[in-house]
Amino acid sequence: MNGGLLKTELAGISMNTPVLTASGTFGFGEEFAEFVDLSLLGGVMVKGTTRKPRRGNAGVRIAETPSGMLNCIGLENPGVDVFLQETLPRLMPYHMNVIVNISGTTVEEYGVLAEMLDVPGVAAIELNVSCPNVKDGGIVFGTDPKAAASVVKAAKKWTKKPVILKLSPNVTDIVLMAKAVEAAGADAISLINTLLGMEIDIHTWRPTLGNITGGLSGPCVKPVALRMVWQVAQNVKVPVIGMGGIASWQDAVEFFLAGASAVAVGTANFVNPHAAMDIIRGLEAYLQEKKLGSIRELVGKMDCG
Amino acid sequence: MDLPKFSLDAEILSQEQMAENVYRMTVHCPQIAGVAQPGTFVQMRLLGGDVLLRRPLGIAEAEREKGTLSFLYRVLGKGTAAFSRLRPGAQVNLLGPLGHGFCMDLHRPLLVGGGMGLSPLLFYARCMEKRADVLMGGRHAGEMFWTELFKPYVSKSYLATDDGSLGSKGFAVSLLPKLLEKGEYDAVIACGPEIMMERAAEMAKAAGIPCQVSLEKRMACGLGACLSCSVDASDGTRKKVCKDGPVFWAEEVFP
Ligand SMILES: Cc1cc2nc3c(=O)[nH]c(=O)nc-3n(C[C@H](O)[C@H](O)[C@H](O)COP(=O)(O)OP(=O)(O)OC[C@H]3O[C@@H](n4cnc5c(N)ncnc54)[C@H](O)[C@@H]3O)c2cc1C
Ligand SMILES: Cc1cc2nc3c(=O)[nH]c(=O)nc-3n(C[C@H](O)[C@H](O)[C@H](O)COP(=O)(O)O)c2cc1C
Repeated sequence: MNGGLLKTELAGISMNTPVLTASGTFGFGEEFAEFVDLSLLGGVMVKGTTRKPRRGNAGVRIAETPSGMLNCIGLENPGVDVFLQETLPRLMPYHMNVIVNISGTTVEEYGVLAEMLDVPGVAAIELNVSCPNVKDGGIVFGTDPKAAASVVKAAKKWTKKPVILKLSPNVTDIVLMAKAVEAAGADAISLINTLLGMEIDIHTWRPTLGNITGGLSGPCVKPVALRMVWQVAQNVKVPVIGMGGIASWQDAVEFFLAGASAVAVGTANFVNPHAAMDIIRGLEAYLQEKKLGSIRELVGKMDCG
Repeated sequence: MDLPKFSLDAEILSQEQMAENVYRMTVHCPQIAGVAQPGTFVQMRLLGGDVLLRRPLGIAEAEREKGTLSFLYRVLGKGTAAFSRLRPGAQVNLLGPLGHGFCMDLHRPLLVGGGMGLSPLLFYARCMEKRADVLMGGRHAGEMFWTELFKPYVSKSYLATDDGSLGSKGFAVSLLPKLLEKGEYDAVIACGPEIMMERAAEMAKAAGIPCQVSLEKRMACGLGACLSCSVDASDGTRKKVCKDGPVFWAEEVFP
């Protein structure tokens, strides 16, 4: 690899490449170590972590849709204590940027989690205010600009790490949300989380998913994600991490052109465990072919004529 | 112990229909065939077409010398239907071998399988070189091509069909207490519908021998990352069927 070209920096985090992996789709990174050089990734956004362990939703948790999938995992995770004591030490040898995705049920809990995770080995925290699969909180913070801003403030108060806020697409005005969290001090914005959806079994007349509704992801959401990244990037100064349906380097290039400073790969990891590596190689070749000296030369360069 | 994993394109060598909606696909994949253990599985991906996620399939046969793997699968929905339409020469992508397989350290196991659950048991029977017996359950005689498949590898086979068109009528597990009576077997190895495995586990317990079961859950990544397939374990922890299983000791997962 011809280093340099893809090297970048985002909200104070130095990254070997601008390609990250999206929370909930890549475990803690170690599950993919046989397929991906984790140190080449811009970061691994690890599975959504909560104050207490969560067992997640009962019943069927995934369903394939045309060009995508629905999930209602419901934030199953071992809780922050186990993450800090067992998981994080295990991740050290991989030399990757560990970005911890956190979910709270109250504003204060985001502060508590942020403080607990202000430890060596954590590169940044990503606030998930938009998980559609948990009834307590989540979506409420993600759809109300004031609530989302207060979550950012709580986290910023208790940590020195960069704070990334992850936006939900399930809102009327994504720009309003983005401006609110930027004003509250978010160091970066990531988007999009999954779109709320559902499926019904026509033979049993029952919902396919145990939680009835779930989050839609994969190639089918890419046009929506791209549009939202474009709208947000034009209206905020903080960097944007774009995600939603990215499965190839070509998809990634579109997100950079729309204004993303980095991208994250989600559902595509399930289809191809080395998707992120393939995207890194493809991006590098593209930059060489276009004779560009840095990925930054692509960011926000869509030409509307 | 975790086996090394591969994600590879593999050429389809043959595809035969075994019964209505049941197929056997054989592929060339020496890397996975070389390390696969009975009870482990692959995540099969269609290249091109409109199926996005991989589908888990147990390994029915692995011929190390020829470098081939076979899968026996039932067409249920869009993924398996698409697999069944592929012809020799076409390619699929395989991620595997995944998960943990059956205990190989047994002298005289009794295999209990229902429907497509018989598929991984075939690989197991073969490795046991006639030391295993098999108790098979199926819907009707048309589906009992299994007897022929198992014949070379087991010492005895017993069989039941739901409609009594072949072997005994009713559930295979109903025959189990009688088979376990003589105390000939050192374990029950079960794969099939969950209710069948639960009953097999109870009967093995009553007979004082251990039992392994292979669980089936919808899964996406197959690597323990997405948590689509996690289940409650008896000790209060959560287990991932794809990574901690699919094979478990019955008492680990059944109350
Ligand atoms: C470890 C493991 C090993 C397996 N081995 C075999 C095998 O050797 N032979 C075989 O025929 N089948 C096997 N299966 C089941 C097989 O994976 C499913 O039948 C298949 O994924 C269905 O895909 P589809 O696209 O045809 O159906 P879909 O269109 O996805 O769904 C059709 C129906 O299949 C069910 N289904 C969907 N996904 C799964 C799933 N992952 N597991 C169980 N049911 C599902 C749904 O409830 C639905 O009713 C195995 C499953 C697991 C977890
Ligand atoms: C199975 C699954 C689990 C997810 N879990 C989380 C999570 O814990 N926290 C979070 O912020 N987003 C979670 N997401 C959302 C993804 O991180 C990502 O935002 C979304 O899937 C869009 O990207 P994609 O289309 O590339 O998958 C999850 C997505 C999937 C498919």
